[in-house]
Amino acid sequence: MLKLNNISKRFGGLPALSEVTFYVTKGKITALIGPNGAGKSTLINCISGIIPADQGSILFEEKEISGLQAHEIARRGVARTFQNLRVLPRLSVLENVLCGLTVKSDHSFLKAMLRLPALRHQERFLRLKAMESLDLFGLTKKADWPMAALPYGDKKKVEMARAFVANPGIVLLDEPVAGLNSEETARIGVLVKQMRTAGHTMLLVEHDMELVMDISDHVVVLDSGRCIAQGTPEEIRHNPLVLEAYLGKIGAAA
Amino acid sequence: MTTRDRLTYFIYHHRTGLSVWTLALVLSLFPFYYDNPYILGITNLVAINVIVVLGLNLFIGYAGQISLGHAAFFGLGAYGSAIFTVYYHVWPWPAMALSALLVALTALVIGVPVLRLSGHYLAMATLGFNIVIYSVLVQWDEVTGGPSGFAGIPPLSIGSLLINDEFRFHYVVWGVVLVLCTLSLNLVRSGVGRGLAALAVDERVAGSLGVNSAREKVKVFILSAVFASLAGSLYAHCFCFVNPDTFGIFASLDFVIMVVVGGMGSIWGSLLGAGLLTVLPEFLDTFESVKDIIHGLILVLILLFLPQGFITGLLDLIRTNLALRRRKNVKA
Ligand SMILES: Nc1ncnc2c1ncn2[C@@H]1O[C@H](COP(=O)(O)OP(=O)(O)O)[C@@H](O)[C@H]1O
Ligand SMILES: [Mg+2]
Repeated sequence: MLKLNNISKRFGGLPALSEVTFYVTKGKITALIGPNGAGKSTLINCISGIIPADQGSILFEEKEISGLQAHEIARRGVARTFQNLRVLPRLSVLENVLCGLTVKSDHSFLKAMLRLPALRHQERFLRLKAMESLDLFGLTKKADWPMAALPYGDKKKVEMARAFVANPGIVLLDEPVAGLNSEETARIGVLVKQMRTAGHTMLLVEHDMELVMDISDHVVVLDSGRCIAQGTPEEIRHNPLVLEAYLGKIGAAA
Repeated sequence: MTTRDRLTYFIYHHRTGLSVWTLALVLSLFPFYYDNPYILGITNLVAINVIVVLGLNLFIGYAGQISLGHAAFFGLGAYGSAIFTVYYHVWPWPAMALSALLVALTALVIGVPVLRLSGHYLAMATLGFNIVIYSVLVQWDEVTGGPSGFAGIPPLSIGSLLINDEFRFHYVVWGVVLVLCTLSLNLVRSGVGRGLAALAVDERVAGSLGVNSAREKVKVFILSAVFASLAGSLYAHCFCFVNPDTFGIFASLDFVIMVVVGGMGSIWGSLLGAGLLTVLPEFLDTFESVKDIIHGLILVLILLFLPQGFITGLLDLIRTNLALRRRKNVKA
């Protein structure tokens, strides 16, 4: 599904990613973990084309996508959420989710301005899809609320609904539970599992080890831009390298 | 569903269309109540400004960019129409279309390099463009008539009917407003419009939603320039005279203030903003000399306290508060 090969990225000489290689399997949740500053968000940005990787290849559905621009990659079916919430504050909840469907919509200003019957039908269809997605995330009742009125946890859900609504080939989730309390975290965990059951493929960046161990099928561990281990959650839990690099640091910080 | 529910649903579902039709009805009756040519002269000027502000609001309010140079496109439209009709004897309507086409090309050539910039740099670049165009209008006097202006522009006509008084011009110019207003409303309610809104948040979000930021920015810039050009042509044919001072940087600033007063990203706000700022100076004749200062103050105050714009800022506050209250009720 998604194959990363030898991805490297430097910021002004400092390596943020060095020779990262791993695969994401279709229909599975692959978790990407590692301490703060390990390069997880940078990797997500490289995959989604927001910053170009210096070297390496990224194959998505057997096609090279590194070097493409962000909007081209999105239109091939790579959706994402952001670590720092990026929603459209002035639009309603429903309109925010509809934004996730721009990958499917026409670019033509002229067609949009004339709003011919074909477009009107398509718009109605997109609205239904967006409502379905809101339903999955339990936000139907708040569909016409302005974003500003939503609590933080719901905003995160809207951003997820936006990422999933167009039925993308893969969804990159950058810390979907950062800043949420344990109750909300559990709820997001359930939602992510539901999405896998529905057949979605996900790359999940997460800090919360409990959540990762609970929901992921495959775990990749990043430390200082290097991929230091990968395997099933069970293997990772007992890997001494990981314990030292990752859990050790958390232990030291605590 | 009761009949009343059905009616409410109908109104809600067709609210945009109904608003446009209501506005059309009011506007078509207006000249019969106020047939004073002075009043109609002012409302016609409001309409011309509304056209510029509609386009500018798409660019500033929706796509989150900034331009301090739209008076230049307004001026190019006006002088384009003047030159084509007077020197080349083109009919006014085709002259208008031709000017709009040339302005679109100009906007393309300017927009591709300039729209790589953002924020202050973009503001300065568009301001510079306005100064250049203004200087050309003033200096190239054998063509433009220089500082004393360009007179003798023919009025519009429909068939054999000359549009040569305020009453007739009212229908033409507000007709154009209604059409452009509908087109703009359609645009913002489409996938393209949502892409522009994403662009306003940040280009990384737009990219991740499949929006080609560079291209969409140029497209919306061209669209807004064409709106300004059409307004300019209408202006030229309405007054049959144009003068470079109408198209200087203070005019550009006034258009931005109209967008901000009406509200960023609100099509209906554009009508209000243009209306308020066009009518206000008429009541404040005595303040003519300090008009720019007053406008500047209005801009600063609004940006400080309601950065989304005056009308929309207030509406947003109300909507958010209503929803928050509902949220409390749901919890209780
Ligand atoms: N745009 C950037 N410019 C310079 N350095 C950056 C940039 N983005 C990230 N970095 C650096 O790259 C490293 C990895 O950051 P990041 O990918 O955000 O880590 P994580 O998401 O794993 O916490 C950090 O040291 C960070 O300072
Ligand atoms: Mg991060």
